Amino acid sequence: MTWIMQAALSFLAAIGFGIIFNAPRKMLFYCGIVGMAGWLIYSASEMVSGDAVKASFLGAFAVALVAQIFAKRFKTPMIVFSVAGIIPLVPGGMAYNAMRHIVENDYTTAISFASKAFMVSGAIAMGLVFAEVSIQLLYRGRSKRKNAA
Amino acid sequence: MSDKEMAIDCCLLAGRLMMEAGAETYRVEDTMDRMAKTQELAAIHSFVTPTGIILSPGSPHHTKLIRITNRSTDLEKIALVNAISRRLSTGEYTLEQAYERLKEIQKANVMFPLWLQIVAAGVASGSFLMLFNGLWQDVAAAVVAGGIGFIVVTFFQELTNVKFFAEFVSALAVALVAFFAIQMGIGIELDKIIIGGVMPLVPGLLITNAVRDLMAGHFMSGLSKGAEAFLTAFAIGAGVALVLSF
Repeated sequence: MTWIMQAALSFLAAIGFGIIFNAPRKMLFYCGIVGMAGWLIYSASEMVSGDAVKASFLGAFAVALVAQIFAKRFKTPMIVFSVAGIIPLVPGGMAYNAMRHIVENDYTTAISFASKAFMVSGAIAMGLVFAEVSIQLLYRGRSKRKNAA
Repeated sequence: MSDKEMAIDCCLLAGRLMMEAGAETYRVEDTMDRMAKTQELAAIHSFVTPTGIILSPGSPHHTKLIRITNRSTDLEKIALVNAISRRLSTGEYTLEQAYERLKEIQKANVMFPLWLQIVAAGVASGSFLMLFNGLWQDVAAAVVAGGIGFIVVTFFQELTNVKFFAEFVSALAVALVAFFAIQMGIGIELDKIIIGGVMPLVPGLLITNAVRDLMAGHFMSGLSKGAEAFLTAFAIGAGVALVLSF
């Protein structure tokens, strides 16, 4: 699938989730941008590295980074932007496959899918926190320099 | 009511509204502390969990507890309460004004209309199908499955008030729609349609908030949110599995 299609679809999906989670009307567009940024980074890095865990980390990092920038700019809690952006990265497909194999009594495959899903959710959370901390450090450094000057 | 008592009630109401709307625990505590500081309640301690908030404003005031029973996701409410607390600390609002505004927000229903939410769920499901390398022929089935899943979860949530049951039935409905779509020949890949259709039910916010809270040192909240997320995921999985096992 082309990149433009992926961008458009992830934008739509993020806006859809923005509506379900009742994001403020004026912010819906930006929720879409955050979702698009996260998905494109995820998709590109998955293509390069072939590893969903690393890709999820980078995708979540991008989501949190863009969400933080919007949050500072519009003086709105970051969660408004990050929630819709995170959803496409959530390992729904892996969790589904794990469930499916459990039903088929194929526990070995199920556990490998489940562990992968667990790793991916951990990577998403790590990406979110890392981005938040690095932005905080950046802003703190900046305000210190301002105070010194 | 004295000024200080009103300030305490105002903090509690703000915390409760944010928690009910699905804000992160650390943000709720932060907002309550900030509001209290502007009202010269310096010795305040708050303890926020997803099921209740304890606020101790220090002597001579009484410690108060507020129970939180309904939790949903309402980002606009979080943004509104946040804006009020911001205005209270800059002095744009007086305490009375802020309290009045919070009460208004508590009563107001700022959700998008239901039909729009259903359409949004359908569109999101269709988009996910394509993002997960699905086939164009399956998009219609995924949109319908996602929309019906959302209708079912809303209906059963209002009917029974048991979230996990509503999610279970909803996942069951999604899987059934996908199954019949295949039977009638308007769908090809059962797996992808089901994955797309259950995406609106996935507890993404809970999972990320749970880990976020754990890392911020709010272990109680993190674990209880994690438990809620796990139960939701299990309910969805069980609903889908029931259909798949036939």
